[in-house]
Amino acid sequence: MSSSTEWPLWEVFVRSRRGLSHTHAGSLHAPDAEMALRNARDLYTRRNEGVSIWVVPSAEITASSPDEKDSFFEPAADKPYRHPTFYDIPEGVKHL
Amino acid sequence: MATAHQPPSTAPHHTAAGAADTAALESAFDAAVAADERIEPRDWMPDAYRATLVRQMAQHAHSEIIGMQPEANWITRAPSLRRKAILMAKVQDEAGHGLYLYSAAETLGASRDDLLDKLHSGRQKYSSIFNYPTLTWADVGAIGWLVDGAAITNQVPLCRCSYGPYARAMVRVCKEESFHQRQGYELLLALSRGTPAQHAMAQDAVDRWWWPSLMMFGPPDAESSHSEQSMTWKIKRHSNDELRQRFVDICVPQAESLGLTLPDPDLRWNDERGHHDFGAIDWSEFWAVLKGNGPCNEQRITQRRRAHEEGAWVREAATAYAAKSAARTAKATKSAKSAKNSEREEATA
Repeated sequence: MSSSTEWPLWEVFVRSRRGLSHTHAGSLHAPDAEMALRNARDLYTRRNEGVSIWVVPSAEITASSPDEKDSFFEPAADKPYRHPTFYDIPEGVKHL
Repeated sequence: MATAHQPPSTAPHHTAAGAADTAALESAFDAAVAADERIEPRDWMPDAYRATLVRQMAQHAHSEIIGMQPEANWITRAPSLRRKAILMAKVQDEAGHGLYLYSAAETLGASRDDLLDKLHSGRQKYSSIFNYPTLTWADVGAIGWLVDGAAITNQVPLCRCSYGPYARAMVRVCKEESFHQRQGYELLLALSRGTPAQHAMAQDAVDRWWWPSLMMFGPPDAESSHSEQSMTWKIKRHSNDELRQRFVDICVPQAESLGLTLPDPDLRWNDERGHHDFGAIDWSEFWAVLKGNGPCNEQRITQRRRAHEEGAWVREAATAYAAKSAARTAKATKSAKSAKNSEREEATA
C-alpha cells in the first residue's frame, strides 16, 4: 500500500522582483507541474521572496560535466582581449 | 551530458587503472576545500565525505520534521489569535526547513523515500532535544529562545560549510530561525512580567530546557567521534565545546533581561578566560535519550509514522490525478491533431 514510486523531482526558480531574472532556489517533489508550482510557492516564497516562479523537471535539465570543466571552458581562458581592461588608453581621454 | 543531480557516470576510482586518477581527484578535492571553495553535487568527492554529509543532512532534516511535534502540541491551546498565528507560521517553517535539507541530501544521490524509511525505522536519528515533552505554554517560549537559539549557534557556521547545497539551505534556514528565536523570547518576557503564576511557569520552562539545550551541541570535544574529520573537510567550522561556550555567553545577559535565572549554581563570569564558567553536564542523560530512553522517543516516532501512513491516500490520489490529467492532455492533443489532418485532407481533396 505504500507508494513505492516517488513523485518526480522539480527544480524551482524564483524571480524575486520585477526586473531581475529567475534564480535557482532549490528543488522539491510533486506529482505534476501544477502541484510543483503550488508546493514551490509554499516552500520558497513564504515571506514574499518572489513575484514569479518557474518549475522544471530535474530530469529535463542537461548539465555540463564537471569532469571536463577545464577543457569545456578553456576556449575563453586565453582571450583577455575580450575584456575592456585589456586596452591601454592614454590618461585624460574621457568617456571611454 | 547528464542531468543536474546525476553524479558523473564514470567513477574513475572504480576502475583498475584508476588509482592514479583517484589520487589526482583527491588532491584536487583537498585543494578546493583548503581554498574555501565550495564542493558542488557533481564534483568528485571522497566516498566518506559524501556519506558523512548525507548522514548529517538527513539527521538535520529529520530533526526539523520531528521538531514540529512538540510545538504543534500547543497550537490549539495558544492563548491568543496572535500567538496562534505565530506558532503556526513557525511550525510551517520547520516543515520547510526539513524539505530544504532533504532536497540538499538528495543532491548526493539519497532518495527521499529511503531517508523517510530510515527515520521511521530508527536507522537514522534526529536531535535528542525533541524527545522532551512540552508540558506548559511557556515551553513554546523556552524552545524558541533556547532550543532555536542553540540551533542558530550551530547553524550559522554551517552557512560556510564546504558543501554548496547544504550551505545554501542553511542560509535560508538561519534567516527564518531568527524570527523563531525572537518570538520565543518575547513570549517568555510577557510571561515573566505577568502574574506570579505566569512568571513561575516561565522559570519552570527555562529550568527544564536549559540543560538539554546545552546538550544540543553534542558530546565534549574529547568524546566526539565525527568532529575531527568534519573540521578538516570544513563541514564543521567550530568544535562542540566552542559553540556551547558561545551559546552560554550569549544566554546569560539575555536571561537577566528576561528576569529569569538559569538553573546552574556554578554559572559565573570568569575574568581570566573572558567567558562564563558553567557546571558539569549530565552526559548519562544525553546518552540515555539518544539510545531511545527519553520521555518522548516512542511517541515522536509513532506519531511520525502515523502521519506518513495516514497521508498515503493523499499521495496516491495526487499521483493518480497527475496520471489522469497527463493522459487526458495527450488524448486531446492527439484528437486535435487528427482533426487538423482530416481538415487538410478535405482541403486537398
